[in-house]
Parts: sequence; C-alpha cells; structure tokens
Amino acid sequence: MVVANQFEMVCGLEVHVELQTKTKIFCGCTTEFGGEQNTHVCPVCLGMPGALPVLNREVVNFAIKAGLALDCEIAEFSKFDRKNYFYPDLSKNYQTSQFDLPICGKGGLEIEIDGEKKWIGITRAHMEEDAGKLVHSGETISTSNESSVDYNRAGVPLLEIVSEPDMRSIPEVLAYLEKLVQILEYTEVSDCRLEQGSVRFDVNVSLRPFGTDTLGIRTETKNLNSFSSVRRCMEYEVARQARVLNAGENVVQETRTWDEGQGITLTLRSKEEAHDYRYFPEPDLPPLVIDKEWVERIRKTLPELPAARRARLQTLGLSAYDAAVITQAKAMADFFDEALTYYTDAKTLANWVMGDMTRLLNSNQCSVVDSPISAKQLAELLQLINKGTLSGKIAKSVLEEMYSTSKDASMIVKEKGLAQISDEGALLGIIDGVLAANPQSVEDYRAGKDKAIGFLVGQIMKATKGQANPGLVNQLLKEKLA
Amino acid sequence: MNMTISREDVEYVAALARLELTEPEIQEYTEQLNSILDYAAMLERLDTDDVVPTAHAVPIHNVLREDQVRPSINHAKALRNAPDGDEGFFRVPRISLT
Ligand SMILES: [Zn+2]
Repeated sequence: MVVANQFEMVCGLEVHVELQTKTKIFCGCTTEFGGEQNTHVCPVCLGMPGALPVLNREVVNFAIKAGLALDCEIAEFSKFDRKNYFYPDLSKNYQTSQFDLPICGKGGLEIEIDGEKKWIGITRAHMEEDAGKLVHSGETISTSNESSVDYNRAGVPLLEIVSEPDMRSIPEVLAYLEKLVQILEYTEVSDCRLEQGSVRFDVNVSLRPFGTDTLGIRTETKNLNSFSSVRRCMEYEVARQARVLNAGENVVQETRTWDEGQGITLTLRSKEEAHDYRYFPEPDLPPLVIDKEWVERIRKTLPELPAARRARLQTLGLSAYDAAVITQAKAMADFFDEALTYYTDAKTLANWVMGDMTRLLNSNQCSVVDSPISAKQLAELLQLINKGTLSGKIAKSVLEEMYSTSKDASMIVKEKGLAQISDEGALLGIIDGVLAANPQSVEDYRAGKDKAIGFLVGQIMKATKGQANPGLVNQLLKEKLA
Repeated sequence: MNMTISREDVEYVAALARLELTEPEIQEYTEQLNSILDYAAMLERLDTDDVVPTAHAVPIHNVLREDQVRPSINHAKALRNAPDGDEGFFRVPRISLT
C-alpha cells in the first residue's frame, strides 16, 4: 500500500459479543435464535410503562469470566445507565448500558506478528442490551416509507469490549480480533458465531504522518460482522483518508457504515449530527457490588486459555506451529487432550489429528464436536499401530472406515481381517514362495544390487495384500539372503 | 435571575427530544428551566466534600434473577397498544437519519 510509506495508521476497536445466556439481560424471555417475529418479547423488553427490569445473574458471571480471561480489572462497584437516542430498534428510546462505571476495567492481550510480540490494551468492557431488528420497506433506509420492527433480539445480553488505540497495521488488527474471539470462545461465554452476528465490530481509524505523536482525526465504521469485512473496510478507509490528507484537506470526524456489496464506507452521520446520548444512571436497576469471593468463584471456572494450552502442548514435544493449529479452536484442543489420556505420544497424535482426522472432517463439513470418531477411538487405532497389529498405511483406510461406521478400530480389523501379519512362521512361508518365484532378483541382490531387495519386499507385500509387517519382512528377508 | 440556561440550550435539548417549540414556548421554558436550576443551586451551598456520589436513590444492590426462561407474550398482546402493525411486526413511519 502506497500510503503505508507516508502515514501511520492508528486503530482501536469496539467489539460487541453476544453472551450465550438462556434468557435476556433484564427479563425471562428466551434468547434462542429464530422464532416468529415478536414472540420472544414481554413488557420489559418491549419497554412498556411500569415494567421493571431485573438483571440476569448469569450475564454478570459471564462478564466477569470474559473480563478475567482478558486480564481486566473487575470493578467492585458498577452500575447501569440509560443511553438516550431515538431509533425504533429499541422501544424505550434509550439503551440500558454502562457508562462511567463499567464492570470490567483495564486489561489486554498479546498478539504476535512475524515472531514479534505486542500487547494490545483493553480500555474497558461493559454490559448492555442488544437492539431489535428493522426491516425497511424500500431498497434502502432513505428510500423506504416505513419499517417493520421485530424485538426478539432486543434485550439479548451483550458485552462491549473497547480496545486502546494500540494497533498500527491491518495485520495487527486482525491478529487482535482473532485472539480476542479465540479467548472468548474458550471461555464459552459466547458461541462466537460470526455468521449469525454473535460478534460485531466497530472500527476506529485515523492516520498521522510517521514520526508524529498527536492523533489524526478519526472515523468510526460501525457494525462489521466478519474478519474479511474488517480487513476490506480498513483497506478502503486508510486509502480514502490518505487521499483526503494528500489533497490538503481534513478528514471529517464522523460515523461511517460499510457497504459490503460496493466495498466502500459511507457517511452515516457527521460529528455535528452526532448523538448526544445524555447518559444518566438507570433508576430501575440498583448498582452491582462484586466482592473478591464472587470473582474468585468465577476464576475457578476459567478453562486453560489458548496461550497456556499452546505452551503445555509444546512441552509435550509439539512444534509451535502444531500447537497453534491444535489449539485454534477449543473443541479441537479438547479432542486432542482427551485422546492424549489414552495415547501418550503427543507428536504422533498431533500428526493424525491435523492430517487424516482433519481431512476427513473437512471433506464432510463436519465439526469436531460432531465427529463420528471419538477421541478414545482414534487413540485405540494409534495403539494398534504401536502394537504392530496395523501398518500406518492400513490404519489410514481403517480410519476412513471408522469415520463412516463409527465402529472401533479393533472391530474393523477383526471383521475385515486386516491385522498385520507379524507371525514369523507365516511370513517365512510366503517369503520362501516369493524367493522361489524370483530367482533372478535373488541372484541380483547377492551380486550386490541392493535395489533388488525392494522388488522382493514389494512382491511379499503384494502376496499379503499389504498386511505383512514391513519391518519384520525386511529383517527376515535379509536373514534368508545372507 | 441567573441565566445558566441559554435559549440555544433550550433549542438544542428540544431538538434532541424531537420537540418543535414556538417562540413564546422557547422563552417560557428558558425562564422556567433557569428558575428550577436556581432553586436547585441551593444545594451547592452545602459542603459535600465527604459525601460519596449517589448511584441510586435506594440503598440496595445486587438485585438479580436466575437465568431461567419465563413465558413471553403472544403477538396479539405485544401489539395491542401499537399504533400500527403488520403480520406480527410493529410498523413505524419512515426513519430519517438526518
Ligand atoms: Zn422480555
């Protein structure tokens, strides 16, 4: 990118994560996806006069858990506030959120780009309610005469995680997002299904000449829902701002929206039209006091987080790369760890999990949680190789059979008679037959042509349909020919 | 009277609240709001150095419910007071963003 030479990019992110509670944040309505319009609603989430919100304890538990996983301070005292605005996606004309006393304070996470580690700070994280869905009658919001509103999502709990403006390149932004989503997925406070909108991103970007300390004027692009949208949006926005600055003009401080189809950002509202949210304390919700005991209780429920897990797998002999692949998704890492309790050679296990196992799952578009082969079954297959019952090659075809039938490896070996022939007597008989049928090769070998043995081994394997124990065949053959 | 609130403030707040005010109303509300603030200014005479900020008027905290689903209400009930609706949706007039 040309601009990279002239300007330094400064970026901060706001990430909205849907917490996977059973009910909404302030009422007992289900958070289940789908459902006919306006059927997961009640007087509270419809903002009926007189309805009293009551905070869902699990939302607080999840917010503490996510906060701890992100190294955040957990506030002993926090409260809710009303964020006032007029837009029919919320029926109350305000969103219940947290303003000056959020549940999570400063934290952060470490990213790594080309071996360089960098800490990205998190300013805060706060609880709030999601809004409803609008369907506009026209093609766009500005040409539409009326809109239909579904409040099923209104009141679904969100955690908004605000980063420091610590990122200086698009790869840093993407690394931060990947790490953040991975950690959240590990804590299981959210299903992190980006395609369903469970995680949404607001991107703040500004440019400044290299070597300067003051921040440039920034724009905020709202409501992106995939990593690729974030990347494309930032590429566009950085180039656009550079053009503006190069033309000697000023970037306008404004909120922008990303048009996925056209691949451009558009003005949503400028600073002059910016909302004045007039936050004030929510009188319907008493404040929240979180003591050390509560925090420690939640800390005990934290799983081993990705960084710790990668480190542990590396001490078991996995390369940094393998450890990163295995721990990418928690489900895969859990599968690996479970298999490891039955089969202790971590490196061999990793090769099978990352290789044949992943290939089978991917080609069947199956996630590891739904795998027809259990961790224990995979471990048993590998034990059969170690015992000499199966060759690695035959084990691969057994694995495929296991995938389609969910049967144990030993069962398939028995049914199909696939066990490796490791019986010396049986093998010697076959070897004698092959030697008798190929006198020329025997002569060649004895004359010093080492290659001839390869041909003979091939013939023996053919005669046993690949089931002869290759190590044993080599050994016996050499003894015979000696 | 101490004019803390200017007429611009009143116009600004009215715009935020989507209220269209007539000229006499603007004048009337400017005066009323100032006199309310004047009255409340009495509080400034108190020494509040040792008083912690109040987050809530009632001295309670941690009012929480368990995460258990309770029945929602049906379409008919949800939409009973809605000025306009269609097939279970609330219907709102044109939304202007500017
Ligand atoms: Zn509800």
